[in-house]
Amino acid sequence: MLRDAWLVAGKDLRMEVRTRVGLGQVVPFAVLVLVLFGFALDPDRGILEAATPGLFWVTVLFAAVLGVQRAYAVESAEGVRDALRLSSLSAPGVFLGKTLAIAVQLVAVEVALGVGVVILYGADPGGWVLLVGSALPATAGIAAAGSLYGVLAVGLRVRETLLPLLLLPVLAPVLLAATRAFEAALDGSPADGWPWAGLLALFAVVYVGCGIGLYGTVLEES
Amino acid sequence: MTSVIHLRDVVALLGGFPALTGVDLDVSAGELVALVGANGAGKTTVLRLCAGLVPVASGTAQVLGEDLGRNARAVRSRVGLLGPSGGLYDELTASDNLRFFARASRVDLTDVERAAERFGITGRIGATPVGRLSTGQRRRVALASLVARRAELWLLDEPHAGLDAEGRDLLDSVVRSAVAAGATVVIASHDLDRTEGLGCRHVTLAGGSVTHGGDHAA
Repeated sequence: MLRDAWLVAGKDLRMEVRTRVGLGQVVPFAVLVLVLFGFALDPDRGILEAATPGLFWVTVLFAAVLGVQRAYAVESAEGVRDALRLSSLSAPGVFLGKTLAIAVQLVAVEVALGVGVVILYGADPGGWVLLVGSALPATAGIAAAGSLYGVLAVGLRVRETLLPLLLLPVLAPVLLAATRAFEAALDGSPADGWPWAGLLALFAVVYVGCGIGLYGTVLEES
Repeated sequence: MTSVIHLRDVVALLGGFPALTGVDLDVSAGELVALVGANGAGKTTVLRLCAGLVPVASGTAQVLGEDLGRNARAVRSRVGLLGPSGGLYDELTASDNLRFFARASRVDLTDVERAAERFGITGRIGATPVGRLSTGQRRRVALASLVARRAELWLLDEPHAGLDAEGRDLLDSVVRSAVAAGATVVIASHDLDRTEGLGCRHVTLAGGSVTHGGDHAA
């Protein structure tokens, strides 16, 4: 399973390196959203600073939808899914590989957004241990849910519009917990944030577990 | 002779509509069979069903000794399917595609390199993303991947389409070599001259069922 996961993740990341869709389009999109939020809320700097954690994670979710759509657009080319199903790859391995590749790209988006909120919103990253400790499980959860719902939508003609409708409600708990953890980190009270980070880890375990268990069935039925 | 494909009254649905409406077909080990018929006759669906990719709604379907109704997945790693588009990633180079699908199918990389050389997927072509290759070059990449796979049952959907004369001759020679090595080959094709040249037994489909040549006695 892990061998298959590395193989699929390597393939997806190689495609990203060649096409640079993530770095060339998704990261600029995310930064642009951040800038637009800044324009909209700038007159009242207090609101902007208070809303920074939520704006950060909402933007990450938007970028995740784009990243997941991209990750599964390459699998929807005619004949590719047949080729994958005829291979000896295990479904959980494919799921983990897709999840890992999406997560790596999301981390790149989050780093760019992190720099953005420090520069544009004046956020203080003093509680960086909690920021990283909550961002990693949140990213894993988003990538795992995205990977599972991505394959569900891949066989549908309306996948571009359906995917956000399916994915965003499922990720609402991650948005809530990650926002609370970031609020605590940016407020300088990390002790309040670690329970949320723990909850994010639980979400990640649940989403990854569901993906490993269900991906094969969804792949066959989609 | 050992039966490789045994279909009796097989019905298959695509999107809720019957794509196959009672197919009877027998293919023995080492046979070369051509499925012929008009567009929409069900040729591609028969190939995909035999590959374990289309569920059997009713009837008896056995491929390589496996009951497709119960264990279609067991068949998949033993067949090689060449579809119209080749099933390749446009963004990856030809060589990267070959290596990825070889590793994914537990194929020895030296077999892949040998197949790539045979089909001219080397040098500049090997380093070019598949999306930028011509239809014929893509076809050659897909064929190299298929050959390296060393499948017991080859299912080829319009394999000559998009190939130049040299490529068609090369394909025919590869098919003959595969049969000589013990593989069974089923080709869906409109190119009757080619399939007759290969010495195929012709099976005619119309409206989702076999109308002629489905069993050896026909």
